[in-house]
Amino acid sequence: MISATHYLTLAAILFAIGTVGVITRRNVITMFMCVELMLNAVNLTFITFSRFLDQIDGQIFVLFVMTVAAAEAAVGLALIVVLSRHTGTLDVDQANTMKW
Amino acid sequence: MVLEHFWILILFPLVGAAMNGILGRRFPHPVIAWLSCSTVALSFLVALLSFYNFIRLPEDQRILTHHLFTWIQSGNFISEFSFLLDPLSMVMILVVTGVGFLIHIYSLGYMAGQSGYYRYFAYLNLFIFMMSVLVLADNYLLMFVGWEGVGLCSYLLIGYSFEKRTAGDAAKKAFILNRIGDVGFLIGVFLIFRTFESVQYLTVFQAVSEQFAVMGTEFGVLGAITLLLFIGATGKSAQIPLYVWLPDAMEGPTPVSALIHAATMVTAGVYMIARSAPLYSRAPETLFIIAVVGISTALLAALIATVQRDIKKVLAYSTISQLGYMFLAMGVGAFGAGVFHLLTHAFFKALLFLGSGSVIMALHHEQDLFKMGGLRKYLPVTFYTMWMGALAIAGVPLFSGFFSKDAILWKTFAAGNEALWLMGVVVAGLTAFYVSRLMFLTFHGGERSEKHHQGAPDPSPKEPSWSVTLPLIILAGFSLLAGYIGLPSYLGNNRLEEFLAPSFRFQFSGQAASAMEHAHLTEVILTLVTLAVAFLGFALAYHFYIKNPQVAERLANRFPWLYSLLRRKFFLDEIYDWLIVGPVQRISRTILWKGMDVHVIDGLVHGTASLMQAWSHRVKRIQSGYARLYATWILGGALLILFYYYWISP
Amino acid sequence: MTLIVFYGLAATAVTAAILVVLMSRVVYSALALIVCFGATAGLFFQLGAQFIAAVQVIVYAGAIMVLFLFVIMLLDPASEVFLPSRLKRVPVFALACAVLFTLVLLEAADRWAAAQVFTDSIAGTERSSGPGGEIETLAHSLFRDYLLPFEVTSILILVAVLGAVVLTRQHHETE
Repeated sequence: MISATHYLTLAAILFAIGTVGVITRRNVITMFMCVELMLNAVNLTFITFSRFLDQIDGQIFVLFVMTVAAAEAAVGLALIVVLSRHTGTLDVDQANTMKW
Repeated sequence: MVLEHFWILILFPLVGAAMNGILGRRFPHPVIAWLSCSTVALSFLVALLSFYNFIRLPEDQRILTHHLFTWIQSGNFISEFSFLLDPLSMVMILVVTGVGFLIHIYSLGYMAGQSGYYRYFAYLNLFIFMMSVLVLADNYLLMFVGWEGVGLCSYLLIGYSFEKRTAGDAAKKAFILNRIGDVGFLIGVFLIFRTFESVQYLTVFQAVSEQFAVMGTEFGVLGAITLLLFIGATGKSAQIPLYVWLPDAMEGPTPVSALIHAATMVTAGVYMIARSAPLYSRAPETLFIIAVVGISTALLAALIATVQRDIKKVLAYSTISQLGYMFLAMGVGAFGAGVFHLLTHAFFKALLFLGSGSVIMALHHEQDLFKMGGLRKYLPVTFYTMWMGALAIAGVPLFSGFFSKDAILWKTFAAGNEALWLMGVVVAGLTAFYVSRLMFLTFHGGERSEKHHQGAPDPSPKEPSWSVTLPLIILAGFSLLAGYIGLPSYLGNNRLEEFLAPSFRFQFSGQAASAMEHAHLTEVILTLVTLAVAFLGFALAYHFYIKNPQVAERLANRFPWLYSLLRRKFFLDEIYDWLIVGPVQRISRTILWKGMDVHVIDGLVHGTASLMQAWSHRVKRIQSGYARLYATWILGGALLILFYYYWISP
Repeated sequence: MTLIVFYGLAATAVTAAILVVLMSRVVYSALALIVCFGATAGLFFQLGAQFIAAVQVIVYAGAIMVLFLFVIMLLDPASEVFLPSRLKRVPVFALACAVLFTLVLLEAADRWAAAQVFTDSIAGTERSSGPGGEIETLAHSLFRDYLLPFEVTSILILVAVLGAVVLTRQHHETE
């Protein structure tokens, strides 16, 4: 028998992995993909709750998350393109002019 | 129809002040002058028309109010912007606009060619406006607006020649001393509102006549209110202890001294007390204090006036002394007599000031009495008119001052204050002495001015233009005739008192008119005593300054301490300096400035700045510009929040 | 059986996720991400959300990842060169944070389970849904209760599209 805890644990692990990726990787695109990974983990939680609380709203939220993620991907990737053209690198640590 | 719109008379001077004040710099002098004079003339005309219609009303209808708009409304506090025309304000507004108009005319000649011409006339118009508001207001708060406004105009006009240090200092002194009084006034108004829940005269008077129908014996809230208002009056009307500003106020142009510091503004305190007669007549303790303060001021100022060398200073102290008389009248409950003296004083004192201005002009701004003399043949008009004023102030029979001063002294005696009456008589003698001294030194005897201008041929002084002499003549006429509206009871009807009666109808009437009221014989005898004393003063002055000019000097040498005491005005300025000004300055410098300001306030400001700087130097490292680091911070924050919700506050 | 399927899919997802983070070449990361998404889609299916599973495969693993791959091809990033950075301690911190985070979430899940918030468990893929199946319920909810948010999202997507175009176009013009 699979309980909700199984799914939630898996989602937590996936989310943590995504977080570590965002923080440790320096390539913008990889960071971005790690963000998608985190979103995916969140989606999994939503679906789990939807299933185990027997409410459809969780699925609706996942749909919204996906649309937002798609929009985010479009804008984010455009930004990445602009950034790489501008600085010639995809290393976020090089793009650190916005500081004191 | 005119009567309903009496209030528009306040608008004309305001318009004149606004136009002269804003655009005057560009106007040629005649435009400024005529604009200014015509606005006041219009006001005077409206006042006259109102008066004409006013006296044809039946006596019980002679209280008109006109509500313009609600000025302040807050909770149950309401202050209306509305005006009240009753006999008292009618008299006052006639004096203000009438004398004001004459002095505007006079100013045409006196101020001709002076710099800041437009400024002068704008201030003067503003003064008329403010004074009208003060007089016509129908509640204490609006009166306070006018009260402050005339104080401001007085300040501006004393400091008219502000490039002179003494003028600036005098202006500040006047303003600050007035402010001290104003605090008292304002607190008094607060207290009135607290007690009666209104600041409207009629409401307050109605309430007071119901709540205090029986004369209370203890010093209660009414005593506090009246005393506080009186503090305001001592500031505005130059009474002990706040009178010291008025002599210095003579730094202003002479017409200003005549209008503001003799005829109108300084009488505002008297007017205010007369207006508040329903309150004062129920506070006997305050009345007694007022009477004592009034007569002491009168005596002190008259003594100082006898030795002053500056012609305007003599008149200034004389004004203080006469105001003391008015307060004495208020203090013995003779409000009508006080207003009567206010009225006659406005005429003869304005006349004396304007005459002295004419002398000063003729002598090219020489104000020292001992450098004048023998001006009689050069300035005939000034000479005769000023003598009229002098006779009036000295209380010579048939002149206006005689009637009003006598009314006050008689009422004082009749109210059972023989000691106060005696002092009043002494003051009358002193008045006769100092005013004749002034006249003798100025117009009679040899010409001392030529000694002053050695060598240089002194062009003989000339009578100034018509705009100077005309007001003198008119005022002389009033000084002669104004007394006949208030004849003593043994000669006929006191029309002024009858006219004013509706204004004082809420007055406390518990004290039945004493039996003395109709003791004509006593009254006549007392009048004769006063006359004798006044004549003595006159004779002394004649002896000292015409027959034996050395006697005065010898006396001064014989009693040097007395002379210098009087010359230095009883050292009151010095005492005030030592007692109040010095400590305040010391405290300001050592504690407030060097202590509070430098260390505490600056320390706070600088400390805040440097603290922020030091911290931001450390904190700014967080803003590394590394996106990954920011992400880490976010993660850390999210963790903290989760910890909080699951472990600390589940 | 379902337990075996779950563990298989979970293992795949976690492995793929770790690969996404560890791969030094971006393309490999992207491919691993697609695998991860696929595994998650399987889990969605197992949870009875067939429609979401389909959308996950079509939109996420399909469209979005294709977009990623296009960008990767366009920019052709070299494999990550570890330039000297001042953030050497960040990975350690990140790992610590992640472990803590996971622990927090697990604790929370345990509490929910203990509080018996959930229906006990699932035996298989069958699910008690209304007539017309799960998709109809979803459609009802989406187009009735959530109509306004739905429309707002469509505007959001429009804006995103325009934004993407503007961002990349402007650069062309300046060149």
